[in-house]
Amino acid sequence: MLKRKIILLVVIALSLAGLYLFIHMNFQAMEYLMRTRLEKILAMILCAVSIGVSTVVFQTITHNRILTPSIMGLDSVYMFIQTIVVFLFGSGTFVIMQSDAYFFLTILLMVGFAFGLYQLLFRRGQSNLFLLLLVGLVLGTFFSSLSSFMQMIIDPNEFLLIQDSMFASFTDVNTNLLLISAVIIIVLCIYIFRYRHYFDVMSIGRDHAVNLGVPYEKIVKRMFLVIAVLVAVSTALVGPITFLGLLTANLAREFLQTFRHTYLLIAASLLSVIALLGGQLVVERIFSFSTPISVIINFVGGVYFIYLLVRESKKI
Amino acid sequence: MIVAEKLSKYFGSKKVIQDVSIEVKRGAITSFIGPNGAGKSTLLSMVSRLLKQDDGIVYLDGKDVHKQKSKDLAKTIAILRQSNVVQMRLTVRELVSFGRFPYSSGRLTDEDEQKVSEAIAYVNLEEMEDNYLNELSGGQKQRAFIAMVLAQDTDYILLDEPLNNLDMKHAVQMMKLLRKLVEDFGKTILLVIHDINFASVYSDRIVAMKDGKIVAEGPTEDIIQSDVLKSIYDLDIDVHNISCNRICVYF
Repeated sequence: MLKRKIILLVVIALSLAGLYLFIHMNFQAMEYLMRTRLEKILAMILCAVSIGVSTVVFQTITHNRILTPSIMGLDSVYMFIQTIVVFLFGSGTFVIMQSDAYFFLTILLMVGFAFGLYQLLFRRGQSNLFLLLLVGLVLGTFFSSLSSFMQMIIDPNEFLLIQDSMFASFTDVNTNLLLISAVIIIVLCIYIFRYRHYFDVMSIGRDHAVNLGVPYEKIVKRMFLVIAVLVAVSTALVGPITFLGLLTANLAREFLQTFRHTYLLIAASLLSVIALLGGQLVVERIFSFSTPISVIINFVGGVYFIYLLVRESKKI
Repeated sequence: MIVAEKLSKYFGSKKVIQDVSIEVKRGAITSFIGPNGAGKSTLLSMVSRLLKQDDGIVYLDGKDVHKQKSKDLAKTIAILRQSNVVQMRLTVRELVSFGRFPYSSGRLTDEDEQKVSEAIAYVNLEEMEDNYLNELSGGQKQRAFIAMVLAQDTDYILLDEPLNNLDMKHAVQMMKLLRKLVEDFGKTILLVIHDINFASVYSDRIVAMKDGKIVAEGPTEDIIQSDVLKSIYDLDIDVHNISCNRICVYF
């Protein structure tokens, strides 16, 4: 039953990928179009898998189905970096922003932020994940306010540069970075996937998990760091798009009705791929690039959540 | 054997366990009794490594509990706490299967499936094994959780108020089952229990706690005495011998 549902998702994802690859194909420019489209598809799959996997695991270790890793404040750190670079170096930054070094610097800063939080709160012997998240949230808000302040006082033309990076985009992904990101994301996802049976047990609660021999605190700490790296890489690659995770992780749980992370992780990744491919198709073919994909995903996600709310309230 | 030496635990500045030392014998039921807030559950949580003590050491068969691998411990000692809320949709069988995790790491063998079925049969939930937990009554849920602990098949079983939510019939069945586990399989069982007559009839030893300390400890006959109980509960309790059982009347 579960396997059949997974196969269904694979089929949908593959057909969307095929559609995306071949729609409006101009056979004279076939080679070029194929290459750019395949790159975009790869970028979407990488982003989708890292967001899907990290959100499911994050929700399991926090025992909360409405949280996403964005609560760690990584998105805000990313925006802050973008803003401060534009603020300091002006419109010449477009070149900087495209460079590989800049990509790694952003990842390094975001991961550094997460490690800092981790050191500050976990190393003192305590392991209060929620305190850590709260501090992340507060610092995230702090960075957002600083960013908005700087955005207010810079040249409007330069602001456009920042605005570009506010929304995830798959249209101008750097090919070199794509391969490196792919390696990082695949390695981390395999690492996470090896813990899938532990997550099953952890989802029935800390005390039961400890009783059953799960090194609970150790796994929570490790996963916190792994999730931070995953989110940092995917954000640096395409931009902030964590709402997607909230949508697809919940869709996966609703659709499969299971606690088994073997299936949940795969389904959330596949649903994210479907959402991104579908969203990108709509953006490119219906709106002809006039709206960013995150607007569409947020719209669909919002509608879905209202539906969930209405349905749940009817039950009571 | 479980040996605790000078255990202490603070919640904030409040000392909930003060210098408690205790030895629990193998192959017996030891009941922990005492008023609310005496520290019984906290003590059990520390013994089973769910909670780290601020002071003192717990030895399980001669080895420090906090220095052992969690996975190995899970095959030796199992604990069930009082409040068990699971938000997920789980069937009874799926829940009980978690009890085999220390052995199978998620991939159940035929032997595991066998043990799971046995555990479900012990608590009489065979007919409901495919029902979801949220469809069960409080007592049925409690029995499902106890089955999970039984499936873990450990030498030591710690149960924090196992009779919660159970009706009289199932409470008696549960205590008889625990007795059987001790007599037939040599298990060591530690209980936190509020019904003093259940403690009196079914346990080998009783440990009485009050204000984070042990105030009385010994074989059941020695503890179920009017004067001892008076010092624990501040309540006049008559003890009667009824068909070889010591029954307390305190109504």
